[in-house]
Amino acid sequence: MSSDDVTADALATDATGDLSAPPESQDSPVERAAATTPPAVPLRVTNLKKTFGGITAVDDMSFSVESGSITGLIGPNGAGKSTTFNLISGALTPDSGTVYFNGQDITGLRPDQIATRGMVRTFQIARELPEMTVLENLMLAPKNQIGETLWRSVLPGVRGSVIEQETELREQAWETLEFFEIDHLATNEAGTLSGGQQKLLEMARALMTDPELVLLDEPMAGVNPSLERKILDRIHRLQEDGLTFLLVEHDMDVIMQHCEHVIVMHQGRLLAEGEPDTIRSNERVIEAYLGEDLE
Amino acid sequence: MTDDVDADKTAPSVTEAVRAATADISQPVRDVGLIVGVLFGVYALFAVFVFNQGLNSVVSTLRVVTFFIAVYAMLALALNLQWGYTGLFNIGVAGFMAVGVYTMGILAGDPAGSPPGLGLPLPFAIVAGMAAAAFVGLLTALPALRLRADYLAIVTLGISEIIRLTLNSGALNSWLIETVGIGTGAGSGMGLPSFSARGLFYVDGSTANQTALAEVVFAVTGPLGIRESVVIAWAYVFVLIVFVVGFYVLLARIGNSPFGRVLKSIREDELVASSLGKHTQLFKIKVFMLGCALMGLAGILWQGSQGFVSPNSFMPIVTFYVFVALIIGGSGSNTGSVVGAIVFVGLLFEGPRRAGGALSDALAFTANPNTSWEALTLVVSGEPLALFAYATDNISALQFVLLGVVLIVLMQKRPEGLLGHRNETAAAVPLTEQTRSIRGGESDEQ
Repeated sequence: MSSDDVTADALATDATGDLSAPPESQDSPVERAAATTPPAVPLRVTNLKKTFGGITAVDDMSFSVESGSITGLIGPNGAGKSTTFNLISGALTPDSGTVYFNGQDITGLRPDQIATRGMVRTFQIARELPEMTVLENLMLAPKNQIGETLWRSVLPGVRGSVIEQETELREQAWETLEFFEIDHLATNEAGTLSGGQQKLLEMARALMTDPELVLLDEPMAGVNPSLERKILDRIHRLQEDGLTFLLVEHDMDVIMQHCEHVIVMHQGRLLAEGEPDTIRSNERVIEAYLGEDLE
Repeated sequence: MTDDVDADKTAPSVTEAVRAATADISQPVRDVGLIVGVLFGVYALFAVFVFNQGLNSVVSTLRVVTFFIAVYAMLALALNLQWGYTGLFNIGVAGFMAVGVYTMGILAGDPAGSPPGLGLPLPFAIVAGMAAAAFVGLLTALPALRLRADYLAIVTLGISEIIRLTLNSGALNSWLIETVGIGTGAGSGMGLPSFSARGLFYVDGSTANQTALAEVVFAVTGPLGIRESVVIAWAYVFVLIVFVVGFYVLLARIGNSPFGRVLKSIREDELVASSLGKHTQLFKIKVFMLGCALMGLAGILWQGSQGFVSPNSFMPIVTFYVFVALIIGGSGSNTGSVVGAIVFVGLLFEGPRRAGGALSDALAFTANPNTSWEALTLVVSGEPLALFAYATDNISALQFVLLGVVLIVLMQKRPEGLLGHRNETAAAVPLTEQTRSIRGGESDEQ
């Protein structure tokens, strides 16, 4: 019944292998993202600072994310990871500091402006649109939908072009659902999905915006181990297609095994940065994070 | 207790049975069937109330009922666009109606009249009335939509009352007449160009000179004892019904489109919509303005037919009634909005009054107590019907009790309304399970 049960089989059989086959998958967001070659450093953050009242949540954070990488952002609870995410994605405006996306200053832009530029986020607690079906959730996401103009949707005559685009989007949505193996849920209301399925739905929906960079806020939180493997497998496959990921995660093992680059935050500040192996042996990290974990 | 459980069990099975029986009928046909079915159910009820007064009376009563159903259906549909689709809590419906009606009245009013108007052509005045309502909607929306939903509600209620009290102001009226040469009529109201279907029936308004349509129609209705004035009034109601259909089609098209999909996502979770690249503020402003323009039009069609308007027609209770109609029908559903309007007008708005009248006629009460205490004393002293007579005499007050009871029961038993929680596809193409196999079939052929 739930998608969790079929995970093992699904991982073995490459049901969605056709995504990398050129002929019918030219419309897939993955392919198009891969076709454009993004600059080497899509995301760069300098001296980011945010205070809430007297509390400094993020203080002088600077880091960058390399193109095509999976970069992990870790830190103990309250380290400021989610605030950093909100500052980057435009949900919050920083007090000072700059966010560069593909070399452009995007600090203080609205979330929709940032998403339109190719950086999309998911949420720590899955925010599905509960009374919309899974397909509607996905079809909401794509950019440049001509039918989002009021008069085009309403006036007779011009609606033909809207229907044409909708047909394409529907196809793309089915493809993406198949890739995440939640196609059997397509016509269900998103609110009826299990927690893990909602995480997959959020990733699928984010992908429909045809992004270059995906910000994943704890995509594996509250997800069973087999589904966690499935999510990681999808992230790696999308990475192979050219997508860049910035990943907030609690689980040190996941970060160490799956990220090329790790950024450690502690009390709102950058504590360490580097490859997993150097982070693992960094004493300050062990003290701040792993030490707590061992207790 | 056991009764309750049984009732709960049987209710869904009846719904299931109906659904199963109508499964192979397409959704639009079912919707029209539902609306017509409920409408004729209400008609039957009213026909019972007045059948003893002759056919003319029945037809005339049904006209009044249909008129109110049509205007409330239009208003509920407009509110459904704002609240049902987008989650914008507008409790200033009456105010936006007032802007539409008064703008139309001032622009089209007779320059020699009291208060004087500008004497512009009526179609222009109607469009300008809608535009003015949309503009006031924009002014309200710009600051308020940045705030949380409950603040928008308070702002709209405030604006609505400000508009009504401004129109009510005698000082403003005399100042306007002195400086600009036009007026609002203040508390004594304003005459409106009368909307009527007379032109369809009489050439140059003379009853002696009938049009071809009139000759055909009157040839049928005359022998049945239906007065010509009633027929003409019905003709205007048909015009209103055409507008209801227009509203419905417009909203259905908006709902089944990418635009409507964004509206729905704003209702569900605005941060998600904006994180996916949708400029939600812009969508909210557009939809708020459109909804206000439709409310202005509904107000014009309503008040215009009465030839007169005063600020008292735009009390907050009107907004409340529109909300009741929408809540009964199920917010988010267009068919629900119309069904809700029928049920509200039929059973809560016009129904109790007519029922009270019919009952007191039929039972011919001997006792006519003036206070509830008097009624109670009469009951004790052996006049069991006295309390009942008192109740039917004061039915318009009891109407509010009934309204409250219905709302409480509805909120407990069916909070989503009669047709609420019905998923009308938010896309311009069908999104059924079958659409996958179509796609799969195509890719197999390649």
